[in-house]
Amino acid sequence: MNIINLLTAFPGAIAQGLIWGIMAIGVFITYKLLDLADLTVDGTMCTGGAVCIMLMLGGHSVWFSLTMAFLAGMIAGFVTGFLHTFLGIPAILAGILTQLGLYSINLRIMDNKANQAINVDKYDLLVSLRYIKNVPVYRNTILVVAVIIVILIAILYWFFGTEIGSAIRATGSNPNMSRAQGINTDITKILGLMISNGIVAFSSGLYAQYQGFADINAGRGAIVIGLAAVIIAQVLFGKIERNFALSLAFVAVGGVIYYLVLQVVLWLGLNANDLKLVSAIIVAIFLAIPHLGSKRKGGSSNA
Amino acid sequence: MLDVRDIHKTFNPGTVNEKCALDGVDLHLDPGDFVTVIGGNGAGKSTILNAIAGTWFVDSGTISLDGTDVTRLAEHKRAAFIGRVFQDPMNGTAASMQIEENLALAARRGSPRTLRRGITAEERDEFRDKLKILELGLEDRMTAKVGLLSGGQRQALTLLMATLKKPRILLLDEHTAALDPKTAAKVLDATERIVQKDKLTTLMITHNMRDAIAHGNRLIMMQEGRIIYDVSGEEKKHLQVKDLLDIFDF
Repeated sequence: MNIINLLTAFPGAIAQGLIWGIMAIGVFITYKLLDLADLTVDGTMCTGGAVCIMLMLGGHSVWFSLTMAFLAGMIAGFVTGFLHTFLGIPAILAGILTQLGLYSINLRIMDNKANQAINVDKYDLLVSLRYIKNVPVYRNTILVVAVIIVILIAILYWFFGTEIGSAIRATGSNPNMSRAQGINTDITKILGLMISNGIVAFSSGLYAQYQGFADINAGRGAIVIGLAAVIIAQVLFGKIERNFALSLAFVAVGGVIYYLVLQVVLWLGLNANDLKLVSAIIVAIFLAIPHLGSKRKGGSSNA
Repeated sequence: MLDVRDIHKTFNPGTVNEKCALDGVDLHLDPGDFVTVIGGNGAGKSTILNAIAGTWFVDSGTISLDGTDVTRLAEHKRAAFIGRVFQDPMNGTAASMQIEENLALAARRGSPRTLRRGITAEERDEFRDKLKILELGLEDRMTAKVGLLSGGQRQALTLLMATLKKPRILLLDEHTAALDPKTAAKVLDATERIVQKDKLTTLMITHNMRDAIAHGNRLIMMQEGRIIYDVSGEEKKHLQVKDLLDIFDF
């Protein structure tokens, strides 16, 4: 229980938290803006890494590989959106179906292996757990991911201010009103799911590089971590008056807080095999806080 | 203008909940008609409005607007021609978006949505002027979230949104029923002003017979999915609540 051990683990936790923060921004788009709980992400959180690592192993550049990972995520999002809107399957079930199907697809992408490693010394990775200490500042993973997050937030801030972006937000806020205003809510839902899963797969591509391998189980429980970050942000920063860009930034910070808490729990001597249980409990607690808080005040919860 | 020919609609066919909501309705509106619709619960008032708006498709019959057959046109496409205000104040606006954002959404009804800005500076000025018509002070709160507004304010805003792009027909589904009497009167006043100013063809459902008589140039009464009474012009002007109660089969 040496506090120094804990502190030395913090930079790694921050880097992982930021990468998962990108993933959480994707979850934010479906969960908060579209008002859908999209479980596809448990599949796309593996797909992105699989696509990215396999392409890099095949000799493609890191940015090309990440772009393809993003596109692969968009396709998965499209499938869920299509199942949900045109085939009328409830959103949660549509997500589960896509996620299940993705398991087989992910294995195929990874050449029927459960794990595909990439050597940090041989390939030019953008991020890695080796790039946390003893590297030039501009190569530092924490900085690189932070810059990516800033750029991502800028793009999303612009996009959700456009006519199409506003239509997506309106769809999540009130689908009846949106149709009355001439918005094709099927299309806006599909678009939202595509963007969300594209971002998740991009984050997955970064995460696989960071760990040094793509893994078939990488996405298991991803939605829980993503929701955790979104809800931590809501609970901790909910009172702060903020615009859309700040909300997204808080979600990314939520991811970091989640990983720091996890690190502390591990440091306290918890078995790593119990992590999923701990994650579920942490998320349940944070999900319950807004509800219990409003009950105490006698108001209704809209969390 | 609006031509509804022999439309039928049955909900939950073949089940114990089967309900024939529209049983052969014919309705023709001339441009500029302001028609009030009354009738008991389940008479088919809201159903006919939803049929025209395209919330679902009718089982048989045709609906056309200005000679265009819209019977099989999807709801969001029909929205290009139709302005709507719902009974529930929560229904007509996006609560988590700002007043000006809601108006900007309405301003794009019927136009393709692209990657242009969702709201422009000129639009903000235009919206500010239009909001003044409502006399609710909303022009000073344009960036407030709509969820913070009262029911009456939301209905008035929805009304403005429905008429921001002049619709071929305005459908009002008991839009003052959920409001307190004073607010209801205010929203109804605003309705009258906007309809008169833009000479809008309007179909307004109301529970209040006095309102049904006081507004519009024509009144129809529905019962069991049919139009059972249709009065306009001079005859309507001299109508009394008592006359309606006599026809009304309670």
